[in-house]
Amino acid sequence: MQPNVAPPSAPASPEQQAMSRRYSVLSLLAGAIRGRSYWQPAWRDAEPKAGYDLVIVGGGGHGLATAYYLARVHGMRNIAVVEKGWIGGGNVGRNTTIVRSNYLLPGNAPFYEHSMQLWETLEQELNYNAMVSQRGVLNLFHSDAQRDAAVRRGNAMRLHGIDAELLDTRDVRRLYPTFDFDNARFPIKGGLLQPRGGTVRHDAVAWGYARAASALGVDIIQNCEVTGIRHNDAGVQGLETNRGFIATQRVGLACAGNTSRVAALAGLRLPLESHVLQAFVSEALKPLIPGVVTFGAGHFYLSQSDKGGLVFGGDIDGYNSYAQRGNLPTLEDVCEGGMALLPSLGRVRLLRSWGGVMDMSMDGSPIIDSTPIDGLYLNAGWCYGGFKATPASGWCFAHLLATSQSHANAAAYRLDRFRAGRMVDEKGQGPFPNRH
Amino acid sequence: MLIPCPYCGVRSHEEFTTLGEAGRVRPSGDDLQVFADYVYLRNNVAGRHRELWFHAAGCHAWLTVERDTLTHLIHGAWPVNETPTSEAHTGDEPANEAPAP
Repeated sequence: MQPNVAPPSAPASPEQQAMSRRYSVLSLLAGAIRGRSYWQPAWRDAEPKAGYDLVIVGGGGHGLATAYYLARVHGMRNIAVVEKGWIGGGNVGRNTTIVRSNYLLPGNAPFYEHSMQLWETLEQELNYNAMVSQRGVLNLFHSDAQRDAAVRRGNAMRLHGIDAELLDTRDVRRLYPTFDFDNARFPIKGGLLQPRGGTVRHDAVAWGYARAASALGVDIIQNCEVTGIRHNDAGVQGLETNRGFIATQRVGLACAGNTSRVAALAGLRLPLESHVLQAFVSEALKPLIPGVVTFGAGHFYLSQSDKGGLVFGGDIDGYNSYAQRGNLPTLEDVCEGGMALLPSLGRVRLLRSWGGVMDMSMDGSPIIDSTPIDGLYLNAGWCYGGFKATPASGWCFAHLLATSQSHANAAAYRLDRFRAGRMVDEKGQGPFPNRH
Repeated sequence: MLIPCPYCGVRSHEEFTTLGEAGRVRPSGDDLQVFADYVYLRNNVAGRHRELWFHAAGCHAWLTVERDTLTHLIHGAWPVNETPTSEAHTGDEPANEAPAP
């Protein structure tokens, strides 16, 4: 397929010029002097055109990143992202902002490390402050057997060129003196640290990709819900939406928790279940938790935002849900895990909780692949680990959409791997989506 | 969520574990494609959803629960071998409906 490199046909308006402005220290200082007039919308809220070379369904982090890399790497400018809600309102604004590449399996490690490297240069690439903070991700262990598993994982990571350090109790105590090291059931014996892991301001990832994609001519169409996928034996013909028909022969689905619903419009059944995952934020505290800590034995993880709130979570609720809200037993379970790790958490007041809908796959790994329908491509199955994958997901999905070939780093994420017996089951849980 | 167990009464869902979509029947033939579809593919319904729940901290019965995945509203629960067909309950609110939290 020949990429369409023609610029947008309409001449640039003053608003568009403001949007394509580069941010710098000087521009921000000048903007501060000029007051609020400097801050204009960062991307065009586009109206749908009659047709595009390609349309991405889903304006979350993955969809916007895909659009950006399609425009920037593959030169496709006559493309659109359609989003049923608003940019940043789905899982890209609902996750707990953690990025890491501490994966064990050969099918996963190169992909997530690719993502990690894209995170490291994201702000320069997008000219947008995404508050990338490589504060370290630490997985705790509590027994000899868990230590062996951590050593194995760390060695596998190092063989893939990923940073990993084994910490003993003293190292962990130096970083996190307030943890309960002598817990009777789960005494902390050390941890596996990925120093390059950390957090990224999630909303800014959506806004940064949207701004950069829009500046390259991508139409970002909000409040545009796909109600039908028109296709025949020749493949995809276009999308029915609540804002009219959009003709296109190439469609990429990046719909996260709603993937099964959208794919069903084209008659596809997928190896996915939608589940709700909750997350929690406490009132703001002085600096207490310098990095990201996962307490796998207690199904609990924790970090502290730059505003001071403790950001934490645990397991999915465990039942099928599209509700974007969970139930109280999971809150109780997560807080029990938190109390086992950090007893002083009991003195902290909970500020907010919320839920997001996860596209849980049958082996816990994602799908970036073509489908049995010509021109219809799938990016799904991110379970509750989609945020960290955003840049590489966009990169590899853009590669697939532009070239019809899987990117080498996403070669394991095929749709037919379940039938073919080539699962990528990082946790070894089998085909039970609510256990991944 | 409160599940109206036909044996134990209305109980919190934390007493139960779920096995997901009800009505999946293990295929009898040796067609691997059919079997793979049975193991791995789901309807993943948004709306009224028949699913299997096990009352682990109660009567140990397997139940079919009809629950709306958009609202968590539970429309009914039956022992799996006494589950009415879904057609029988279309447009008919069961008496043991429990409010979603």
